[in-house]
Amino acid sequence: MEKNNARSHRIACLKLTLTLLAVWAFVSFGCSILFRPWMDTNMPAIGSVPFGFWMAQQGSIICFVFLLIVYAVCMRRLDGKHGFSEE
Amino acid sequence: MDQDTLNYIFIGLSFALYIGIALKSRASSTKEYYTAGGGVSPLANGMATAADWMSAATFISMAGTIAIGGYAGSRFLMGWTGGFVLLTILMVPYLRKFGKATVPDFIGDRFYSKLARFVAVLCAVFICMTYIMGQMRGVGVVFSQLFGIEIGSGVIVGALIVFFYAGMGGMKGITYTQVAQYCVMAFAYTIPAFYIAIALTGNFIPQLGFIGDYIAGGEATPFLEKLNNINQELGFARYTDGSMTMVDMFCITAALMCGTAGLPHVIVRFFTVKNVQAVRKSACWTLTFIAVIYLTAPTIGAFSRVNLISQLNGIKYEDAPEWFARFEKTGQMAFEDKNSDGIIQYTGPLAYRASDGSLVVASSADAKEALKLSKDEANPNELSFGPDIMVMANPYMADVPPWAIALLMAGCIAAALSTAAGLLLVLSTSVSHDLLKKIIKPGLTDKEEVTWARIASFVSLAVAAYFGINPPSAFIAKTVAFEFGLAASSFFPTLLIGIFSKTMSREGAIAGMVCGIGFTLGYIVYFQFMEGDARDYLFGISPEGIGTIGMLINFVVSFVVNMFSPAPPAEVQQMVEDIHIPSGSGEAASH
Repeated sequence: MEKNNARSHRIACLKLTLTLLAVWAFVSFGCSILFRPWMDTNMPAIGSVPFGFWMAQQGSIICFVFLLIVYAVCMRRLDGKHGFSEE
Repeated sequence: MDQDTLNYIFIGLSFALYIGIALKSRASSTKEYYTAGGGVSPLANGMATAADWMSAATFISMAGTIAIGGYAGSRFLMGWTGGFVLLTILMVPYLRKFGKATVPDFIGDRFYSKLARFVAVLCAVFICMTYIMGQMRGVGVVFSQLFGIEIGSGVIVGALIVFFYAGMGGMKGITYTQVAQYCVMAFAYTIPAFYIAIALTGNFIPQLGFIGDYIAGGEATPFLEKLNNINQELGFARYTDGSMTMVDMFCITAALMCGTAGLPHVIVRFFTVKNVQAVRKSACWTLTFIAVIYLTAPTIGAFSRVNLISQLNGIKYEDAPEWFARFEKTGQMAFEDKNSDGIIQYTGPLAYRASDGSLVVASSADAKEALKLSKDEANPNELSFGPDIMVMANPYMADVPPWAIALLMAGCIAAALSTAAGLLLVLSTSVSHDLLKKIIKPGLTDKEEVTWARIASFVSLAVAAYFGINPPSAFIAKTVAFEFGLAASSFFPTLLIGIFSKTMSREGAIAGMVCGIGFTLGYIVYFQFMEGDARDYLFGISPEGIGTIGMLINFVVSFVVNMFSPAPPAEVQQMVEDIHIPSGSGEAASH
């Protein structure tokens, strides 16, 4: 039982990690570098700043902070669900 | 009271604060010396990590680099914060569970080999050395400004202070001192930004001013449009375009991100909290604190660019503002009157002087090339300065009150001290603990270990000071970028494989590390020190971004060699299973 539990915890954890990494890559490499010209022309400007440029200098950093908050909260729930909580 | 006296008072007060804290929380055991006993709260550890993390390069040089590079400067913003995400979700929770305090310790145990440990120590020493060099340069810039001396003498003064400071407290002392240092840095960085934002955009929050209108020139125009126009008029690339290819930008950003996730002195920080859940919480706080400064940096960069140009370009030398002389005296800004008209003219790479003496901006680099200009005509720029001084010159340009400037000086020194102290601790323990005690001379007593640690930190500071005086590259941020390339090509892939694959053998890991860092180092040395031609760049990737390729090489070599080598022993495989279970990490082991 203990072993199985560790395994399902690990799989759930891996899924969460990969999802977060996909968002991470999209906001940084995607919006701010690779698709930046497209983002600049097709997305609404932030104030007077084109979207892609704003993502590169401000938006991506804000997203990163949210990613880590989501990670900490979800992992705490996951630990609790599988009985690994230490709080 | 004049500016210099105020500077001394603020720096003196901040030093008294740090020393007081360090003495009060002195380490009472070796365990406290290395990991602060594992009992630091997530919030305090988050702040301390942010201070450790925010080096002199970030603090002093980043905004200036963004001011000059425009969009291209975003690579530092995204690279350093994005790397923290990798670090948090791929590395530290697992390493904390593993429970040994240094990265070579993990690599040595996971890959069950002294050779792997030895290679890891070498990589750690290389990485920390490169990083400290950048710090020493930063310290030099600050002290030269403070005392009005040459940068070289500034570096020496700084090195002495760092040496005495770092030897004092051990990890516990450093942690609590860094909390204080973060506070000094955050205020020092943001307060001038508030003043400047009000002056230029009428909005006191710099981030809102940045996306708003420029109002200082009478008529309101969108701020970035104003910047683009200024840049174009003087012959620079548009601010929002920058001058970097997409491939290079991509690779440098990736190298910075992965390098961040492999930084030994940041990983060590997370051993100071009590369990894996606290590690995750602490990382959230760290990134939040880092973001406060990183969201302000691009605004400072943009504001200072507008200020610098409007206050110096086209102005008679005698009428130049008073602060210009301050930076001229220390050799950090220079005016060379090429056409002897007594007027400061600042121009970019596209500008040239026509035969009638007027300044013209070419439509493109090729168009300028086609004109076959003489050397003097091709570069009419008369104002030179390094990006390293932008943050320090910025408040003077914007007429910020003297106390805020003094606070900024204290902040710069805090940034350099906190990072240098953390790095020296890692560097000296790598040598004394991982190299001497675990590999060369197992019978070393605790006392001898500490002596060796002191010797190691003295030698490395001396080397770092030498390179701080004769920097291998022009800007602090760039020197540090190399260090991230080295970390990205060595530690990041090896740690990642070590954590997530239980079948990776020692042969694979060692071969990967050696090939990865060897390739990256070779490429950097060839193009940076042996005058390799930029046209020979592999896929057009500059040495700053080559760590990304080095990392891929590391991965590929590891997996290929792994196919031909025996699987790791059962207990190592069990250990890898264990580090994925978050509970039961217990206290961080001392050595």
